[in-house]
Amino acid sequence: MSAVPADLRYTASHEWVMDNGDGTVTVGITDHAQEALGDIVFVETPEAGTEVEAGDACAVVESVKAASDIYAPLSGEVVEANPVLADTPEAINEDAYGKGWIFSLRLADPGALSGLLDAAGYQAVVDAEA
Amino acid sequence: MGLRTPLFAEHERLGARIVPFGGWDMPLHYGSQLEEHHAVRRHAGVFDVSHMQPVDLAGPGARDFLRYLLANDVAKLKVPGKALYSCMLNDEGGVVDDLIVYYRGPNRYRIVVNAGTADKDLDWMHARATGLDVQIDRRRDLAMIAVQGPQAVALTAPLLPADCREAAAALKPFFAADGERWFVGRTGYTGEDGFEVMLPAAEAPGLWQGLIAAGAQPCGLGARDTLRLEAGMNLYGQDMDEGVGPLESGLGWTIAWEPADRAFVGREALAAVRDNPAHRVFVGLLLTGRGVLRGHQKVLVDGREVGEITSGGFAPTLERSIALARVAPGIGAGCAVDIRGKPVAAQVVKTTFVRNGKPMLDF
Repeated sequence: MSAVPADLRYTASHEWVMDNGDGTVTVGITDHAQEALGDIVFVETPEAGTEVEAGDACAVVESVKAASDIYAPLSGEVVEANPVLADTPEAINEDAYGKGWIFSLRLADPGALSGLLDAAGYQAVVDAEA
Repeated sequence: MGLRTPLFAEHERLGARIVPFGGWDMPLHYGSQLEEHHAVRRHAGVFDVSHMQPVDLAGPGARDFLRYLLANDVAKLKVPGKALYSCMLNDEGGVVDDLIVYYRGPNRYRIVVNAGTADKDLDWMHARATGLDVQIDRRRDLAMIAVQGPQAVALTAPLLPADCREAAAALKPFFAADGERWFVGRTGYTGEDGFEVMLPAAEAPGLWQGLIAAGAQPCGLGARDTLRLEAGMNLYGQDMDEGVGPLESGLGWTIAWEPADRAFVGREALAAVRDNPAHRVFVGLLLTGRGVLRGHQKVLVDGREVGEITSGGFAPTLERSIALARVAPGIGAGCAVDIRGKPVAAQVVKTTFVRNGKPMLDF
């Protein structure tokens, strides 16, 4: 059973979004997603300053199995990519909601956050896939 | 739902992630594919390969039939137990399947074919056996377990029946010991020492549990794929298929051209390619830039496409990405691979990346 923390927001494409309270959010992939991908061996992260639209493919997570696009959950500008992923991509497997975060984003519209799934909504997405 | 091997309940009990493969529901991994891979390189791993299909051939025409059916020549097999790797070709010189053939005695052979191609292979063999005195027996009653790694032989030997235990422990690579019910080959698909054991389905769970109790790591298809890729071993359907023959898949060494008067299926078509210097070559690639090589990515030299990756991935033993690729001849040592539209630097290397736990290339 994979964890779905109640204080995060989610997308149906398995990204989690943490509200940093200052107009920025931190983005990663869910525990369910990392488990489905298997051992992660490479992560291609977006550069700081990149403008992204909600739904854009803006990072790639490669597991032993396959490459998977990571989508921008909301529109905005990339603030930072997680520097530890270059040498330790397995951080996503080990701690998907913590040290395995992928990038942070300054939101074009902070109000858009409320349009994302809450934990119950995301759990329903996962349950529907099973 | 796919077909299930006699070990399916064992996989479920071990919490395997099950995926469809060649018509079967098979374990992809039991938690971490990387740990499974390392266990095989460092100690021992056990794989359920019961989806693969043993086929017994016997009868006065068996030897002549196989000499016609296969591109390698079973006449090389003179000592009972000796094994041979071969392609089974079509008339155009493409590969119907790749297989291992074991010699068991005069006009008695066992071959093992791939899971997804077994139905096609049996049809193909029966169609070419018309009028020959050979019985083709698909052994659906057998399970198959591969035990691979430096400790595999030591772990497995005590679990073998008395009638083949000593013979199995003394086997040279690419030989098999024939017991009354079990058949033990010192063969594999990982680049490590080990056994492939064929046995009655009902006895498979006992061997499986015994091996795990003895310390062998259960391994799924994921580790099987990264291990064979590091060992530079071809995967049917990816590295070669009905449209791409052995000469362009690094399998030229498996074609027995001599004796020149042996007719085998595909010979004429292959001979035409053999004499064509423009035929593509099969190489290894080591990614020197960042990323992961994958099948179907294009290989570039000076921005020009010169070929394509057939199998690629992350090599856990090397902690680098490697690939097998089919490219134009004479491209030299440096190239690039198109990864999501960007050229990433790679190096052309030999196709054997790892053998017996050791990297075979310097970087």
